[in-house]
Amino acid sequence: MSQELILGIYVFIMAIFVGFEVISRVPSVLHTPLMSGTNAIHGIVVLGAMLIAGSADTPLLHTLGFIAVVFGAANVFGGFVVTDRMLEMFKKREVAQTEKKDA
Amino acid sequence: MLDFRGSVIAVSYIVAAVLFIFGLKRLSSPATARSGNRVAAVGMALALAATLLDAQIVSYWTIALGTLIGAVMGIYFARTVQMTAMPQMVALFNGMGGATAALVSVAEFLRLTRAGESIGVGEATSIVLGTAIGAISFTGSIIAFGKLQEILPGKPLQFPLQRLINALILLAVLSLGIVVVAGSDATPLWGLFAAALILGAMFVLPIGGGDMPVVISILNSLTGLAAALTGFVLHNQMLVVAGVLVGASGTLLTLLMSTAMNRSVANVLFGAFGAASSDAAAASTAVGRTVRQTTPEDTAIALAYARSVVIVPGYGLAVAEAQHTVRELATDLEKRGVSVKYAIHPVAGRMPGHMNVLLAEANVPYDQLLEMDQVNGEFPQTDVVLVVGANDVVNPAARDDPSSPIYGMPILDVDRARNIIVLKRSMGHGFAGIDNALFYHEKTRMLFGDARQSLTQVGQALKTA
Repeated sequence: MSQELILGIYVFIMAIFVGFEVISRVPSVLHTPLMSGTNAIHGIVVLGAMLIAGSADTPLLHTLGFIAVVFGAANVFGGFVVTDRMLEMFKKREVAQTEKKDA
Repeated sequence: MLDFRGSVIAVSYIVAAVLFIFGLKRLSSPATARSGNRVAAVGMALALAATLLDAQIVSYWTIALGTLIGAVMGIYFARTVQMTAMPQMVALFNGMGGATAALVSVAEFLRLTRAGESIGVGEATSIVLGTAIGAISFTGSIIAFGKLQEILPGKPLQFPLQRLINALILLAVLSLGIVVVAGSDATPLWGLFAAALILGAMFVLPIGGGDMPVVISILNSLTGLAAALTGFVLHNQMLVVAGVLVGASGTLLTLLMSTAMNRSVANVLFGAFGAASSDAAAASTAVGRTVRQTTPEDTAIALAYARSVVIVPGYGLAVAEAQHTVRELATDLEKRGVSVKYAIHPVAGRMPGHMNVLLAEANVPYDQLLEMDQVNGEFPQTDVVLVVGANDVVNPAARDDPSSPIYGMPILDVDRARNIIVLKRSMGHGFAGIDNALFYHEKTRMLFGDARQSLTQVGQALKTA
């Protein structure tokens, strides 16, 4: 096994602990935004797609890279925008009542 | 040692990983959640900008065009999707991430073998797993999308020898994986990719619509895992961190959802729940039990003269798109001095937190939304419970009848309230295909019809009540 792989495994295990610690604090009210927000974060694989698309030297690699960039970019941009749209709606009672006065 | 450019990229990745964690941390309260999502987006922008500096990239055309098309598509869907269609939107984006991870793994293998570089066992294993898991997540999510969008039937799809066939495909994926790791030929990797695509579809087809909260969570965690594996392939630790964070979130939600249904994850995946039980349940519908119907006018009076009302929303609320109507009714009741709360079961709807998002869209303040544990003690002091399109999550059989298929599932104890009014389209069964004793309870009144129409009528009757 390479040193790099062992380092990767260390990071993997540590991140599991951090992930569970951080995410177990998210209240159930926010489970849908959590899911769609993390959805956007795993779109980070698009950077791998960019590296491949940018260094491709065969038609096959060009095609694979291109499709992967399109999917990945849709995942990233769509994921963050839709999560933002959802979270914008979560309001406390005070805000809801000022709105009622306006109406 | 890294050169200057390499160092800039490396530091940007570290900062991005920290921003992801920090962003998720801010999701622990609705007040900070929106900024948390933005913090994570900044991390993403930084990571992607840094990647563009990579010396490996020689041409930017494919990247620019691909990003443009993907971004326009993604943002268009994200801005136009109805809040009621959110579960399928999440499934679709999840599938795209899975596809990206699988394609990156395959392409990286091709690139390395072409360059004549030797691929270590660790890298090869990561490539195999990344391809397989990404592909399973892709087609699995597409099938889930189809079921949620009602392009495919929501009922479990079963056929003879299903488990045997699935086991054989899994075996094919595993053995092709071993061949890829042992050799350096791309052909078995393509075979593995294809087999994993089929496996993903086959694995979600036999799962019923009501089990989607669990399925979406699992697929979410699979895509995260695939992304983390891609990090091993590309020697990119930030990718590992980001992927694992998603994997952890998906796993946690999977466990929460299956606990909320009192079923093991394996039972959800392989049980084909809701397929077989419907015949038995139809036969057991007791003869001679009476259903008491009510009218919108009587409902309005019952609500208007109550001191406390609890509204229990279910998937039927989403189907009827009645979230705004229910909120208007609640506001009118509050003006009359009635205390109104909402009781949210963890698996109500088609994904974790589905009801919360719908009610938030209708401007219901989130402190009015109560979780199961918070609200169950309050039902005996509640004058009227209004059940809007929920069924299995309020079925007392889950608590009282050991022979019921859903026995042991934690439920909202609405039958302990003083009066219960159930809004329902017809006497059809819920997702589990089980008869609901609540509907025959002497305290229960049924208001049949489309939930939105019924609520509108109740709202009008309330004005004269």
